[in-house]
Amino acid sequence: MTSNLSARAARYLVLGVAALIFLVPFYLLLRGALSSEQQLVGIDHWTWFPTNPQWSNFADTFNNSTVPLARSMFNSLAIAVTQTVLVLVISGMAGYGLARSTVRYANAVFYLIVATLLIPAAVTFVPSFVMVSSLGWVSTLRGLIIPGLFQSLATFLFRQYFLGFPKELEEAARIDGAGPMRTFLSIVVPNSWGFTAAIATITFIGSWNSFLWPLVIGQDQSAWTVQVSLSTYITAQSVDLSGMFTAALVSMVPLLLMFLFLQRWIVAGVEQTGINE
Amino acid sequence: MAEQTVERAGSAPARPASPRRKWTDSPHLWFWIFVGPFIAGLLVFVVIPILWSVWLSFYDARNTVTPTHFVGFDNYRRMLGDASFRSSLITFVVFAAFIVPTTFVLSLGLAVLVNGVRRGKAFFRSVFFLPTACSYVVAAMIWRHSLFGGTAAGMVNTVMGWLGGAPIAWLSIVHPPWYWLVLVSVRLWLQVGFFMVLFLAALQRVPQQLYEAAALDGATGWKAFRYITFPQLRATSTAVLMLLLVNAFQAFDEFYNVLSTTGGYPPYARPPLVYLFNVALGNGQDFGDGSAGAVILTLIIAIFALLQGRFTGIGRRES
Repeated sequence: MTSNLSARAARYLVLGVAALIFLVPFYLLLRGALSSEQQLVGIDHWTWFPTNPQWSNFADTFNNSTVPLARSMFNSLAIAVTQTVLVLVISGMAGYGLARSTVRYANAVFYLIVATLLIPAAVTFVPSFVMVSSLGWVSTLRGLIIPGLFQSLATFLFRQYFLGFPKELEEAARIDGAGPMRTFLSIVVPNSWGFTAAIATITFIGSWNSFLWPLVIGQDQSAWTVQVSLSTYITAQSVDLSGMFTAALVSMVPLLLMFLFLQRWIVAGVEQTGINE
Repeated sequence: MAEQTVERAGSAPARPASPRRKWTDSPHLWFWIFVGPFIAGLLVFVVIPILWSVWLSFYDARNTVTPTHFVGFDNYRRMLGDASFRSSLITFVVFAAFIVPTTFVLSLGLAVLVNGVRRGKAFFRSVFFLPTACSYVVAAMIWRHSLFGGTAAGMVNTVMGWLGGAPIAWLSIVHPPWYWLVLVSVRLWLQVGFFMVLFLAALQRVPQQLYEAAALDGATGWKAFRYITFPQLRATSTAVLMLLLVNAFQAFDEFYNVLSTTGGYPPYARPPLVYLFNVALGNGQDFGDGSAGAVILTLIIAIFALLQGRFTGIGRRES
């Protein structure tokens, strides 16, 4: 019995220490955002806590003329919201069509989609850039949003989900004379909010945090996303560490709020991405 | 017309004939209404760009995407002959050799620990999962300028100072390559929680009776893990390994943000995508070479995925 107890204590000890280590970077972010520049760049010693929190850092970082934080936050929000909504519509409909259609070539189309699933989007950024630049979409919101709307993974997951959706519900609507679209909108969608929320949250997070594509496309400052703006702090000629950490903290607010209120759906979304056995 | 009637009769034999049936009843039409927008987008923004890129890879396409000078396999020869392209593949192999096993072991270990506690399960899961909210850019910034600051004012250097160690310039020296520690730890922190959630979900699907039966035979603790838990996690484990490998292959964000300076990216530790970024979108804008590189990388990753698909059977769940 005592060995059982000590085993449990050891378990909590390991988890507790691991949890502390995992929280250190968040502490560092907060510390950086509230410190003065002198405290951060002083090369002789490390300060654990900013002695007098610099709340003015927040106003300063928004007023920085070289990094348009407010503009890039707006861009990121516009991109993430639009992408999330449209991915749900496009992939949700495609997934339903693939799961329910009786046409003979539905499976062939599905395997084509699975084939593109094998090629991660990041590897094809050069071809995508070639396409987007020929369309004249470099440094536009269109160029940032539209190429990311056709996600094979989301379509794949929706199809798998709809295959398990109870057919009896749909048949009841069909008997009442509803066509495929009305059945989809009035029966299937209202009964799938949980799954939809899961896909929505992971799409939003992926969009907000994406870096490579916005870096490639957002060449003018007006088209920078928040991640691109933050990155320019890192590579800038003049060091502004307090401004950088403050901007980073501000950039995380939307996702931290999501994690606070929607964590259940986020976890469900992550679990979906692993279920392909 | 006749064919459609047959199709319709075959798909919905139970439906009574109704005078309101029109062209909107065609299953082909409905298939394309639902799936068409996705397929059209996939063609325009994924399939055609890839084909275009394959075409470009056989042309001299510096600063142009509509080249006229055909050069055969020259771009491929140049890419494969380029020592820095080959070293980018080696960088990936080294990175994967570090990051894949450590993430796997740590996320599985944390999942087993969290799954085993009675109180605080949700709390621990949330804490380990929280880094998923953080972008690679923000994490790279914290790692580079706070945690692994290269002077006595860096946090790790401060802690090492208590133990009598001298401060290390983590990112500005190549021998020994301390930058690997920075690059691997930042990705570990960011992705361990994500994969822990995958393992937790799989652990909760393991039937409890298996453990009860094993306990009767005296198998508990490590033995139970070795002979019950681990085999039951086989499908999830292969999926996680695949995701980890593909993610490592696509590594860009943390390398770019941890190692770039005002003078550009250093000549070492360039993973494939950073290399490609410099070739295709750097000063040269060489889309011929860039496309050849993209085609080579796409082939490598597709072969990986196909081999893996043989084992995990992606898309065959319904059968």
